[in-house]
Amino acid sequence: MTNSNDTVLLSIEHLSMRFGGLLAVNDLSFDVKHGDITALIGPNGAGKTTVFNCITGFYKPTVGRVTAHHEDGSKHLLERMDDFKIPQVAKVVRTFQNIRLFGGMTVLENLMVGQHHPLMEASKFSIGGIFGIKGYRDAEKEAMEIAEYWMEKTGLTERADDAAADLPYGEQRMLEIARAMCTGPKLLCLDEPAAGLNPRESDVLNKLLLFIRKERDTGILLIEHDMNVVMGISDHIVVLDYGEKIADGTPEEIRNDQKVIAAYLGVEDDEVDEAEEIIEATSAGSADKGAS
Amino acid sequence: MEYFVQQLINGITLGSIYGLIAIGYTMVYGIIGMINFAHGDIFMVGSFVALIVITALGLTASSGIGIIFASLILVLLCAMVVSSAFGWTVERLAYRPLRGSFRLAPLITAIGISIVLQNYIQIAQGARVKPLQPIFSGGYTLMGGGESGAFLVQISNIQIMIISVTFVLMAIFSLIIAKTSLGRAQRSCEQDRKMASLLGINVDRTISLTFVMGAMLAAVAGLMFLLYYGVIDFYIGFVAGVKAFTAAVLGGIGSLPGAMLGGLLIGLIETFWSAYFSVEYKDVAAFSMLVIVLIFLPQGLLGKPEVEKV
Amino acid sequence: MTDVSQNTTGAFARLDFGAITKDLLVTLFLGLVIFGTTVGFKTKTSVGGLTIETHMVTAAILIAIIVGGRLVLWMTLWSRPAGQSKSIIPDGVKTALSSKMGLLGKYFGPIMLVFAVMFPFLPTTDRYLLDLGILVLTYVMLGWGLNIVVGLAGLLDLGYVAFYAIGAYSYALLAHYFGFSFWVCLPLAGILAAFWGLILGFPVLRLRGDYLAIVTLAFGEIIRVVLLNWYQFTGGPDGLSGIPRPTFFGLAFKRGEGNFADYFGLEYSTIHRIMFLYFLILILALITNFVTKRLRGLPIGRSWEALREDEIACRSLGLNTTTIKLTAFATGAMFAGFAGSFFATRQGFISPESFTFIESALILAIVVLGGLGSQMGVVIASIAMIGGFEIFREAEQFRMLIFGLSMVLIMVWRPRGLISTREPTIFLKEKKGVSSDMVAQGEGH
Repeated sequence: MTNSNDTVLLSIEHLSMRFGGLLAVNDLSFDVKHGDITALIGPNGAGKTTVFNCITGFYKPTVGRVTAHHEDGSKHLLERMDDFKIPQVAKVVRTFQNIRLFGGMTVLENLMVGQHHPLMEASKFSIGGIFGIKGYRDAEKEAMEIAEYWMEKTGLTERADDAAADLPYGEQRMLEIARAMCTGPKLLCLDEPAAGLNPRESDVLNKLLLFIRKERDTGILLIEHDMNVVMGISDHIVVLDYGEKIADGTPEEIRNDQKVIAAYLGVEDDEVDEAEEIIEATSAGSADKGAS
Repeated sequence: MEYFVQQLINGITLGSIYGLIAIGYTMVYGIIGMINFAHGDIFMVGSFVALIVITALGLTASSGIGIIFASLILVLLCAMVVSSAFGWTVERLAYRPLRGSFRLAPLITAIGISIVLQNYIQIAQGARVKPLQPIFSGGYTLMGGGESGAFLVQISNIQIMIISVTFVLMAIFSLIIAKTSLGRAQRSCEQDRKMASLLGINVDRTISLTFVMGAMLAAVAGLMFLLYYGVIDFYIGFVAGVKAFTAAVLGGIGSLPGAMLGGLLIGLIETFWSAYFSVEYKDVAAFSMLVIVLIFLPQGLLGKPEVEKV
Repeated sequence: MTDVSQNTTGAFARLDFGAITKDLLVTLFLGLVIFGTTVGFKTKTSVGGLTIETHMVTAAILIAIIVGGRLVLWMTLWSRPAGQSKSIIPDGVKTALSSKMGLLGKYFGPIMLVFAVMFPFLPTTDRYLLDLGILVLTYVMLGWGLNIVVGLAGLLDLGYVAFYAIGAYSYALLAHYFGFSFWVCLPLAGILAAFWGLILGFPVLRLRGDYLAIVTLAFGEIIRVVLLNWYQFTGGPDGLSGIPRPTFFGLAFKRGEGNFADYFGLEYSTIHRIMFLYFLILILALITNFVTKRLRGLPIGRSWEALREDEIACRSLGLNTTTIKLTAFATGAMFAGFAGSFFATRQGFISPESFTFIESALILAIVVLGGLGSQMGVVIASIAMIGGFEIFREAEQFRMLIFGLSMVLIMVWRPRGLISTREPTIFLKEKKGVSSDMVAQGEGH
């Protein structure tokens, strides 16, 4: 399934993140390859979002290195970069588990904010923009075209002039991805993009992600619980449990990995069985106690 | 050294007054997250009520010490009741209708109420400063004086009273917050108002009582201020209010001991700055201190750090 | 609302007498406590200490008014059946009004502009009204400046008047020490104020919400206290007087040869200077409006609004929030600086007394009452506040009281301000207003 281009886009080496006494991520290493869809999965609380926050600069990792490799050979050490420089310089952009849109601004405005840097440059410290110089008008036109392109791809063209907060949930998710794509990223990090989507919407999402990987030449790293999405589109899966990597491979390999089954599915089932046994045993005595 | 100790005493006295007002700010902020800008003016109202009652009772320094004490308790009760009525009414009319709406709106009504209270008192009681003859004087000499000719360190009875009343009230209020069901209701509203109401806590009542408690403490501070300085006017609320709010933020807003600590610090900074540098710039010193603390410790001295959730 | 009689009888049937009695008793009690003490007894300074003067009748009247007023409210507005509007204005009128308002909104700006230009030439406009117009326009300009910080960027600034003061003192001091003219000082004042905006902005960048508010308030007070006490430099409480008046491209508004009236062959009149000042502030305000509107449509303005909506999302898109905050602070401050130097030249005298917290509160109230982010709202709120304030000029003593009360009432009536629709900065097919319920309030709130 891997793309022709097999170079590493993002490498994470020995990443650890400690909050007080809690080791949220422990010595994690993996690579994201250029043009791959990499999924980061694991049970709740496994430290997936923490990894994202370390990659995108919202947290500074306790130990470890996160490097973005560009095709031109340049390397960017993300753990040393200010969070706002990561999308701009290293071209790594993220979305959020609990969608973060500019709710009071329209869909189109959201997408324009995504193209802040080229527009800002064209506006010549805003002074040129105030006087409406041609360079700025051209840049704005171009930005509009990019925004329209992504609205079309995400099916938001009809909603272009509506407030983002006014959109239904599924469209908000789409808008967040469209907005991230407007920044022109090399790596798109998606935090549970399919959460809360109905099957039809998640199907559309799958197609969009595949399109982004194929046509836009953009790597994707995603956190997801929806196995349909994960198994359906990923090229490479990394499994986390209690902050540690327990498996790393193709969907086929992961599906058959004993450790993953144990951590992800098996133990849970066992626990359910155990719990059922306990309830049965105690319900004869005190029902209240069993329930608690 | 003697001079220093004297300033320390003065600073703690002033700080106690600020601290009492600051508690009102911090409690209200903790529970509904708004700056009750009118709180300083509730303090001013308390001070005026105390003045009215003292004058009506005809209390002077020549009254017997027993009478003075009994009367002062009466004065305090009156001031507390009237201030509470003001606090309750203000909350009911100007803040409650705006609860759950846009957060800037109650700030603007609070500023409006502050203007209203100042001008109401100005009209009802006159714009001139009100001097009060000292009711009880006397004090103790702690250090210096005598043959050594060193600087005389004195603590007056009023200062003793202010500091001790403040600490007693502080203890009582900490107990109320920690032990009573009202305190529990307050803390739960602070955490999550919706959940609290789902669990059967009367949120509106709890908030009203918070305002009443804040107003009572402000009234106490008002009486102390009146006895300590002997002069009040309708404008004292603004300056004291800003300082007390600064104290609440400095100590970490939402924290009761923080408010007290912040109050003491602001009082001490002001007093020492006035004593050693210049009286004119004492406010600048207090405010600069606030800015410096907030830059390095954005949540204040005893506040809970705000975790940025991504 | 067609059949009034039926409605009233219906309403009475719904009255809950128990609840009303309880409410009125509570009102009576509060009235007694509040008015009975603070109005009923007045302390008077006289020889030999304080004495008490009783005003029981006044207190009783006030108590009767509030209890009676509540009774009337219970019997009228509050007894309407559930589901029916509690507002005084009937629903039918309201919908008709709002549809008319949409139409009016379109032409309101141009109409106001034409009116503003014509205003000095209207036969009814005298010196007093012209002065009032200048005052209103000054507040419009300040409101527009603060709107950038609070309305667009969502940063709560309670010390905005400090920049106004910096602008005023910059001009006064530059003119005093270096003899610079108004036209040289105007841009300098703006630049200095913007510079101070950066200085203030820097430490407060990390602060959130109300911490930001209190630090800006503290900053405003620091500036005022310094102006008040730096006697040698600023004249302290005496202020600075003899600030040069502006000239019309070098032509002074004075009697005599070579001055404005003489040059244009007009008869000398003091009104020329006032008119000139009026148009000066009008132009300054319009420039503020123009620049703000243009900036809103530029990436910088959009980043201000994005900051108000979600700071973390901004950072995730590569926006440097530090720069965004600083530019918002500095731009807002710059306009206050311009307005300040205008104030200095208009008054000819400035003192720290003109730059108290109440001014900041007033400007903020104008912005919030008008509707955050709305340029037209600022105009309406300025006219209402400053104009309304002047209407009660006669009732000198009660003026501020009424002012404060109306601030509270308007806010309770319309928490989102008078104009609460956000206008998008760019559109694909059609411009649709965004309801204020969706617009975030920014971190300053």
